[in-house]
Amino acid sequence: MYPFTYSRATDVADAVRDKAGHDGSAYVGGGTNLIDLMKMNVEQPAHLVNVAKLPLSKIEDLPNGGLRLGATATNSDTAWNEQVKARYPVLNQAILAGASPQLRNAATNGGNLMQRTRCYYFYDIATPCNKREPGSGCSAIGGFNRVCGILGTSEACIATHPSDMCVALAALAPTVRVSGPHGERSIAFEDFHRLPGDQPELDNTLTEGELITSLDLPEKGFAKHFAYLKLRDRHSYAFALVSVAVGLEMDGDTITEARLALGGVAHKPWRDQSAEQLLKGQPATAETFGRVAAHVVANAVGRGSNDFKIELARRAIVRALKQAAEGQQVAGDVYLGGQ
Amino acid sequence: MTQTNHIGKAPNRVDGPLKVAGAAHYSGEFNVPDLAYGYVVSSPIAKGKILKIHADEVRALPGVLEVFSHENVPHLAWLDKSYKDQIAPGGSPFRPLHAPDITFNQQPIALVVADTFELARYAAALLRIDYEQEAHETNLEAKRTEGFVPGKGKAGFQPPPPPRGNPDKALANATHSIEAEYAHGAQHHNPMELFTTTVEWRGDGKITAYDKTQGVFNVQNYLTSVFGLKKEDCRVVNQFMGGGFGAGLRPQYSVFMAVLASLELKRSVRVTLTRQQMFSIGHRPNTLQLLKMGTNPDGTLASLQHHALHETSQFEDYTENIVNWSGMLYQCENVKLGYELAKLDIYSPQDMRAPGAASGNVGLEVAMDEMAYAAGLDPLEFRLRNYADRDQNVDKPFSSKKLRECYQQAAAKFGWETRSQEPRSMRANGKLVGMGMGGGVWDAAQKKSAAKAIISADGKLTVRSGTGENGTGTYTIMTQIAAETLGLPLEAVTFELGDTDQPEAPIQGGSWTAASVGTAVKDACDALGEKILKLAQKPADSPLKGAKYDDVEFVNGQLRLRLDHDQAVVLRDVLQASGETQLEADSSAQPNMAKQQPYSLHSHNVAFAEVEVDEDLGTIKVTRVVSAVAAGRILNQKTARSQVLGSVVWGLGMALMEETIMDHKFGRYVNHNFAEYHIPVNADIPHIDVIFVHEDDDIVNPLGVKGIGEVGMLGVTAAIANAVFHATGKRVRDLPILLDKLL
Ligand SMILES: Cc1cc2nc3c(=O)[nH]c(=O)nc-3n(C[C@H](O)[C@H](O)[C@H](O)COP(=O)(O)OP(=O)(O)OC[C@H]3O[C@@H](n4cnc5c(N)ncnc54)[C@H](O)[C@@H]3O)c2cc1C
Ligand code: SF4
Repeated sequence: MYPFTYSRATDVADAVRDKAGHDGSAYVGGGTNLIDLMKMNVEQPAHLVNVAKLPLSKIEDLPNGGLRLGATATNSDTAWNEQVKARYPVLNQAILAGASPQLRNAATNGGNLMQRTRCYYFYDIATPCNKREPGSGCSAIGGFNRVCGILGTSEACIATHPSDMCVALAALAPTVRVSGPHGERSIAFEDFHRLPGDQPELDNTLTEGELITSLDLPEKGFAKHFAYLKLRDRHSYAFALVSVAVGLEMDGDTITEARLALGGVAHKPWRDQSAEQLLKGQPATAETFGRVAAHVVANAVGRGSNDFKIELARRAIVRALKQAAEGQQVAGDVYLGGQ
Repeated sequence: MTQTNHIGKAPNRVDGPLKVAGAAHYSGEFNVPDLAYGYVVSSPIAKGKILKIHADEVRALPGVLEVFSHENVPHLAWLDKSYKDQIAPGGSPFRPLHAPDITFNQQPIALVVADTFELARYAAALLRIDYEQEAHETNLEAKRTEGFVPGKGKAGFQPPPPPRGNPDKALANATHSIEAEYAHGAQHHNPMELFTTTVEWRGDGKITAYDKTQGVFNVQNYLTSVFGLKKEDCRVVNQFMGGGFGAGLRPQYSVFMAVLASLELKRSVRVTLTRQQMFSIGHRPNTLQLLKMGTNPDGTLASLQHHALHETSQFEDYTENIVNWSGMLYQCENVKLGYELAKLDIYSPQDMRAPGAASGNVGLEVAMDEMAYAAGLDPLEFRLRNYADRDQNVDKPFSSKKLRECYQQAAAKFGWETRSQEPRSMRANGKLVGMGMGGGVWDAAQKKSAAKAIISADGKLTVRSGTGENGTGTYTIMTQIAAETLGLPLEAVTFELGDTDQPEAPIQGGSWTAASVGTAVKDACDALGEKILKLAQKPADSPLKGAKYDDVEFVNGQLRLRLDHDQAVVLRDVLQASGETQLEADSSAQPNMAKQQPYSLHSHNVAFAEVEVDEDLGTIKVTRVVSAVAAGRILNQKTARSQVLGSVVWGLGMALMEETIMDHKFGRYVNHNFAEYHIPVNADIPHIDVIFVHEDDDIVNPLGVKGIGEVGMLGVTAAIANAVFHATGKRVRDLPILLDKLL
């Protein structure tokens, strides 16, 4: 770990100013990801601006019927919020499927969006990694890539975005509000994270110095027909190999609206809008689910140790759609995830 | 009933309050004054040479005290012999900072010492090193045909017995036969506590090393011979340990580094490894096993053949007993066992909980399941038909063996009779259900141990032996033994351990501590008891006049005649009347070879497991485990049960998730942290029933104990693997059974 200076911002303007005033600085929320990366010399910020105590921890109704999740609200407080539980249960389930209670108590919503990939090579500075050191090569291609992606990868990087929360968010399609040296703006969640292309060092579309201030959820929460299914190598405290978030609106047995997003498969939470279109107006049958699942993974590419994810993703989509259609899951104390 | 009858009860850990109050001090918690901190620099390559270490750039940082490497390390012992610890395998032990050669990835190549830990860590990150890289090989697959038969270099290693009968012919003539290969990857012990040594500089070349070790004497011997220290100048202490599992059996490079720096800088130094570096200090080796079995028409084993190949380093021939157990667990006249090593550019493997047995047991017990199916027999029935009443490896009877009772009691508790034999024939909750079983055998060993017992005039007893407590319950069971021997309440007894100033005890491994140190503790207390009896008999009117030690017993603070309880004296009165402030006695307990020699001494167990498998997604949930263990006499029901619970968790981890992944391109382990090196978490652990089947055995040792730390791990992994087969009809032969293997 490299030495760094530290300050605690009092308000958003102060945070943005403080960061702009220090070269090579970084915001820190709960620190559950950034501090680990600093210990392993993967990231070496010279200055940390602690944003965890900014007055952005509220979860409040929006005039348009949506819900605002403050950027510094913890993952736990967000998951357990009564509004979230009642109106956006898929988000409750996704958050509770991630990490551990201790981590969720510290982790912030802003930090969750910004967390870095868990690709093993990214964390080990003894190995080449384009994301960590552009141009050095991708060790995961031809290496151990069980945790890597199958959709939207590039020859420069096949890493995944590891968040569970973000998979549910991708399905719910909030806007991300940010504040930066050049003022405020809103980014559609869909456009927040990016694919690796030939610039895998960029995880998202934030520009220098921008701070996430909130996530604004639209009114529609798919509270009746939803599912979050997470498949992993142990029953808790492991990142997703594949996860699926589904939100459906149904008229009898007919799907009238659908949201479908995958985690563990791509550099960004993978929402598939063409699959959503395919579901619309269709009966909630195994045949429909199978067709849509096949569509989602049609262009998937395995890289060796992650080949299985293509078939696993296909089956997980079928299962999650079925669970959502049947209304099996409830927001609750423990993540039930259908495993 | 008496209150001082402690053995076999379930008292709480006597050290529990210290632990929960933070008053139990671990190696990294001795905050001696003027402490400097060392941070180890690890090699990023698997093989090559260090050309240059640009140490001066780092030495220039204010607060950095020194950078130690092969370039400046002082003259140390030269002979390999001096670096060999008590359980070093054959070959040349690794010498840290000895030469520019790099022989394994993450090899420690320098130590940066600074005034603070943070500075040492930062300076270590800045240290530039030039390497010349050479081609490496870390893949056991590439060495399949290059196995060699190792020599008998390592203490405790038994080369497999020679073949018996005619295994090949018997296999060819068998009614049913199977042949299969089983594999598992490397696993690292990963105790929660990181390897840490705090060396206190006592001036004048004298040190005390607070070291994370399972053997303070082993470390002391190593340090004295490597650094040329006198024993009295080199005290080694470990009173508490946050888990060992075998990782602390050999002196680790952390203690070498800390002592080196302390002696050179004449200052107290602490070295703590990182979690990543915990993957550079030895592991359960990647192992390939070939099993062949055949049966006779009556379902008895006609032939059993078991061959194992595992990795070792280029410099040491690490060995463990993998296949030998297969020659003794079942009755079979035609047996062939083979064992080979292959050298790779890795660090030497190291004993890890039930070393050898845990690996070999998976091969044997999964093959037994396959054989049972091939022969059309229930797996339990198949084992009963092949029950071994003698240890055919050495052609001796067992001193005691209640494996049959383990089978019966565990099967009844589990409800094995509800199982239908056909794979994929049971379902519940929309999942496939499988039931499997596996059994095992482990050594009941006793090693030479010494102890000292001291009783003060007020009746407080202190017993000391330089053994270890890595969470197993040593403090508690030794306190029970001592208290019961001298008829005292537990509160009147203090057991002290983990210090080379104490009487010598062996390394804490092999599940032999209870038997070895327990016997020494009992002997020391008995020797003290004899002295007390003499004092009690001094008064002319002593009710114990003429009694021999065997005629009396210590109960409830009294010393009395066994056959006439009214003839008693109060212990404290005797001590006070004697005028002595304290009495003491020493013991040195050895196994009774004459008594043991005619017998084979072993503990046994069986585990039954139930799994639910989601057929579409491949996810496996272990829903129940019943484990029955026959390990002689159980000293403490509670700590023994905890040992078995922990063992079951280990077995489950080995079956379903635990694996250190080597990237052969870099020759480097890549999942070297707790987020990616998966061990079971609470959510993975089902209800576990533990049954102890009592064995009366005065042959193994006077206490009749066989040790409980490792045997419970056996059978579990195979039981789960077999249950997965029963559920799905898929036989997964390479562990761990991750969900993709079932898709
Ligand atoms: C062992 C382990 C297991 C885990 N398992 C899971 C899992 O199964 N599923 C899962 O989803 N997650 C998992 N996590 C990840 C966890 O969810 C993230 O670490 C956490 O959400 C990050 O939040 P934080 O506030 O601690 O971020 P920090 O570590 O503080 O910051 C992370 C990044 O976000 C930036 N940042 C923080 N706040 C803001 C802001 N307001 N605006 C702009 N940038 C900001 C920081 O500069 C930094 O780059 C796991 C983590 C660990 C350590
Ligand atoms: S997949 Fe991406 S993060 Fe992983 S090694 Fe390749 S470039 Fe680095």
